[in-house]
Amino acid sequence: MTPHLLSVSDLEVQYRRPGQLPTRAVAGVSLDVQAGEVVGLVGESGCGKSTLARAVCGLTAPTAGGIVFDGTPVGPLRVRRREPALTRIQMVFQDPYGSLNPRRRVGAQIADGIRIAALRGDIPVPESTDGPVEHFLTRVGLPASAAQRFPHEFSGGQRQRIAIARALAARPSLLVGDEPISALDASAQAQVASLMRSLAVESGAGLLFISHDLSVVRLIADRIAVMYLGRIVETGTTAEVWDNPRHPYTQALLAAIPQPDGAGRLPTELPGDVPDPAAPPSGCRFHPRCPRAFDGCDREDPRLNADGVACRLYA
Amino acid sequence: MNVLEIAGLTVDLPAESGRTRILHGVDLALQPGRIHGLAGESGSGKTMTGLAVLGLLPPGAATMGQIRLGSEDLLTLPPRQLNALRGRSVSMVFQDPSTSLHPMLSIGHQLTDHLRHHLKLDRKAARRRAVELLGQVRIPNPEEALRRYPHQYSGGMRQRIAIAIALACEPKVLIADEPTTALDVTVQAGVLRLLRRLCDDLDLAVLLVTHDLGVMSAIADDVSVMRHGLVVETGARGQVLTDPRHEYTRSLLDALPGRSTA
Repeated sequence: MTPHLLSVSDLEVQYRRPGQLPTRAVAGVSLDVQAGEVVGLVGESGCGKSTLARAVCGLTAPTAGGIVFDGTPVGPLRVRRREPALTRIQMVFQDPYGSLNPRRRVGAQIADGIRIAALRGDIPVPESTDGPVEHFLTRVGLPASAAQRFPHEFSGGQRQRIAIARALAARPSLLVGDEPISALDASAQAQVASLMRSLAVESGAGLLFISHDLSVVRLIADRIAVMYLGRIVETGTTAEVWDNPRHPYTQALLAAIPQPDGAGRLPTELPGDVPDPAAPPSGCRFHPRCPRAFDGCDREDPRLNADGVACRLYA
Repeated sequence: MNVLEIAGLTVDLPAESGRTRILHGVDLALQPGRIHGLAGESGSGKTMTGLAVLGLLPPGAATMGQIRLGSEDLLTLPPRQLNALRGRSVSMVFQDPSTSLHPMLSIGHQLTDHLRHHLKLDRKAARRRAVELLGQVRIPNPEEALRRYPHQYSGGMRQRIAIAIALACEPKVLIADEPTTALDVTVQAGVLRLLRRLCDDLDLAVLLVTHDLGVMSAIADDVSVMRHGLVVETGARGQVLTDPRHEYTRSLLDALPGRSTA
C-alpha cells in the first residue's frame, strides 16, 4: 500500500488563555488524505475543524501527536521561511477579501505561486511569468486580462477563484480549503467547490475540504469525516455517510438539513448547544445531546473503531 | 386579507452615469399568519425589496409604485410617521446577529429601549414584557439574560434575541433577511421552528428573504422568485418547488447540490 500523502495521527492542539483553563480545540484526531482524493471535514462551528486545517498547514503548533506530509513531518511555521517541501501544501482561506493583497495586481500574486514552485525546483525558472499566470487564470475560468487588475475589481466568487489560481500555481500536492465557500453567494458556492475538486483531482493532488455545509461536501468529497468537539466521530465514503449515517451526531446533522421538496417539513432540531471545549463532558463528548445515549455513555469515552464510528452503540 | 401590499415597486439608485434601476416593478402581498418566501440569486433585488418596506433604501434612491400597509402608503409617508411605524408595525431581522445587536449594551437595554419609546411603557412594565419576550423565543433564564451582553451568547441564541427585539412591539409585519444563513444547520433548524411557531401564534405576516430553497420549503407558505429586479414567479410553496412554471425557477432547482444525481 502506498504511504498516505497526508497522515495526521492523534493530533492535539491546545489554546491557552490567561486566567482560564486551556482549551483542547483538537483532542486526538487521526486522519489520512491520499493523492487524488477529496476528503470533506464537516462539523458545527467551534468543533475544531479550522484549527485542524491550520495545524496541517503549520500555522498552529500541535501540543501532541504528529502530522506527516509526503514523508516530511509538518512543524510550526518558522519566521519568514517555510520548509521548501512543505510549500507543496497550499491553503485556500475562508475570506477572499482578507487573503489577497489589495495593493498588488492579481497577476503578481499568482506569479508568487509560480516562483515558489520554481524555487523548489519542480519547474524550471520561467523567463516570464505572464504565460503561466494566464494559464492558471484560464483554468479557474477568469480572462487573461484579470492579471492586470486589482482584487477589489472582482466579486467574492471571482476573488476566491484568484486565490485558488494562486494556490495551484505553487503546484501543490495537497490543497487545504478552510471554509473556502462560506463567504460566497449561494449561487457561487457550488461552482467554486466543484472547481476546487476538479482542479485538485486533475493535477493529482489531494484536497482537504473543510466546511459546515454538508450538501456541498456531499457534492465534491470522496470521503467525509464528521467532527464534534475536537474529535472525529464518524468517517466513511461520502455515499456511506450520506445514505447510512451511523453516529447519532451525524444522523442529527443530516436530519437538520431542510429539504427543498416543497413538503413544508420542519427540520429536526438538535437540542442543546455545543459544550465549552475547555470543559468537555465526561465520557462520550456527545452524550448530553445524544438522543440515543444509554447507561455508561457519561463514563466511557468511545474511540473511532475499525468501521469508522466512535460510538458505544457500535462497539 | 393582505396586511402589506407592494404594487409596481421600482427603485432607482444613483450610479456613476445617471441612475441604475434595481427593481423593475415588484408586486408582492403578505397575509397574516403566513410566511412569504422571497428567493433569487444575489443581486436579484430581494434584499432591496425588504429594505424598501422599511424605508431603509440607500440615500438618493428614487422610488415609484406603492407599498400599502393598511391605509398608508409607506413610500409617500413623511419621515416622522415612517419612523413611528418602523420597529412598531413593521420590523426586521438581519442575517448576522453578531453585528445587528449592539455589543456594548445589555440585552435588557436593547429589548426595553424601543418598548419604552414606541409603546411608552414605564421601566417596570417594559422589563416584564422583555422577560416575557425572551421566554417566547426560548432564551434560558430570561431574568438573568436581561443583564447579560450579546457576546455571552452563541450565534443561534443571539438570533433568537434579535427576533425577540423585532417582535417586542407586536408588529404586523416581520421582514427576515437571510435569518439563518450565518448559523449551523442544527441551530438553523431551531430558529426556523421558532419563526414558524411565532408566525402561527402571533398571526404575523413574514417576508422571508433567503437564497436557500431548503429553508424556503421548510417554513414558507408562499414563494416568490426574483430575478433582475422582477418577480418572475409567485405561487404556493408546493407548486413553485415541485412544479415551477418559470424556466428560471426550474434552473435554480436544477442547480441544487445532489439534484443532478437524484
